[in-house]
Amino acid sequence: MENKPPGEDVEKVVALNADTTSQMDWSAILTQLAETQDKKLYITLFRHFAPKVKAYIIRLGLVETTAEELMQETMLTVWRKAHLYNRSKAAASTWIFTLARNQSIDWMRRQKYPEYELEEWTPDPDDSDRGEQSVTADRMARAVQSLPENQAQVIYMSFYEGRSHSEISSRLGIPLGSVKSRLRLASEKLKTIWRAEV
Amino acid sequence: MNIRHHLDEATLMSYAAGSLSQAMALVAACHLSMCPECRARAQASESIGGMLLEGLDPVDISDDALDAVLAAIDKEPEVVEIIREPVRTESDVPMPLADYIGGSLDTIEWKRIVPGVWYYDLPCHTKGVSRLLRIAPGKAMLPHTHDGNELTLVLRGSFSDEIGRFAAGDIADLDDQIEHQPLVDSEEDCICLVATDAPLKFTTLLGRIMQPVTGF
Repeated sequence: MENKPPGEDVEKVVALNADTTSQMDWSAILTQLAETQDKKLYITLFRHFAPKVKAYIIRLGLVETTAEELMQETMLTVWRKAHLYNRSKAAASTWIFTLARNQSIDWMRRQKYPEYELEEWTPDPDDSDRGEQSVTADRMARAVQSLPENQAQVIYMSFYEGRSHSEISSRLGIPLGSVKSRLRLASEKLKTIWRAEV
Repeated sequence: MNIRHHLDEATLMSYAAGSLSQAMALVAACHLSMCPECRARAQASESIGGMLLEGLDPVDISDDALDAVLAAIDKEPEVVEIIREPVRTESDVPMPLADYIGGSLDTIEWKRIVPGVWYYDLPCHTKGVSRLLRIAPGKAMLPHTHDGNELTLVLRGSFSDEIGRFAAGDIADLDDQIEHQPLVDSEEDCICLVATDAPLKFTTLLGRIMQPVTGF
């Protein structure tokens, strides 16, 4: 991974697979799994997310066998914590992303990634009015594709390669301030699209 | 709590991405646990992670991965509804910090740097600084600049610097463009949680003399 030129994978990532499963409502399936503990639903989720979770962990720079192990741990956590999933707060893909992120960081640092919320939550009476937080895969892909390349690059280096601002700054040979302003611009654009399309 | 100083969007994105150092992530998570506004922003940033995960091309997984996980699930105890009372007391220790120091700021074993300035280093596996600072009223931090980012979260008391006034819950999210000298303006000691991703650079002779002693 150290020998890879920065942002090399940008093109590959943007070319998304348009499989039919991208149309499924994963947040509804995960919610239903929490209610019913139906293994068939779990298997459907597993088949869709396990290969993506493993792809994400490999991108963070971990070897294949470790990625396989951490993927299985992550997917087991999906089963264990499904009852804590709240679709009004996050799409299924977002929730599973944070589980995979924490599992990988905990393993790499041997220290728990600081989380900002108790995992337990009590249903909020207003939750039903807050709307569904899931956006379909192709809408998401379009959002990322709409970013200028230098903004997409800092997003990928942050999310897929786990690089800090100063690491990105030295790898791209640009000032720290430029890394931060690119991240701010990218965030602003992605969040605008995300809000408009939800 | 009336929070006026928030996390920079670039810091939030890196928190969501999991690319902040342990020390910086701890300060960010502490502010997030105190600030509903930034919490909503963090959830939106994490949704970018979700959409990037969704956009990844699947890779091959081991043939028996599903069977292995299903077997592990069968060994799981029945899902029991665990009602854990949130440990929210009147404590001014945010939840993520309580994992490191327990529930009180009053039982910390402070070390003195100079009269009126104390510190306590946190056991973060991290490159930069990760510490609690306690500064007496009227005292100032030594003027310094940074090579990288610095996060300072006020837990008790308040300070003012060139940017403004910071009270409990406020976070100063600064980069290498800033030279500042925070001065404590509360009646009680000001306690802050500080993280940097690189060593600080002191801009006065006294600061440079003190640097080997303070380890900043």
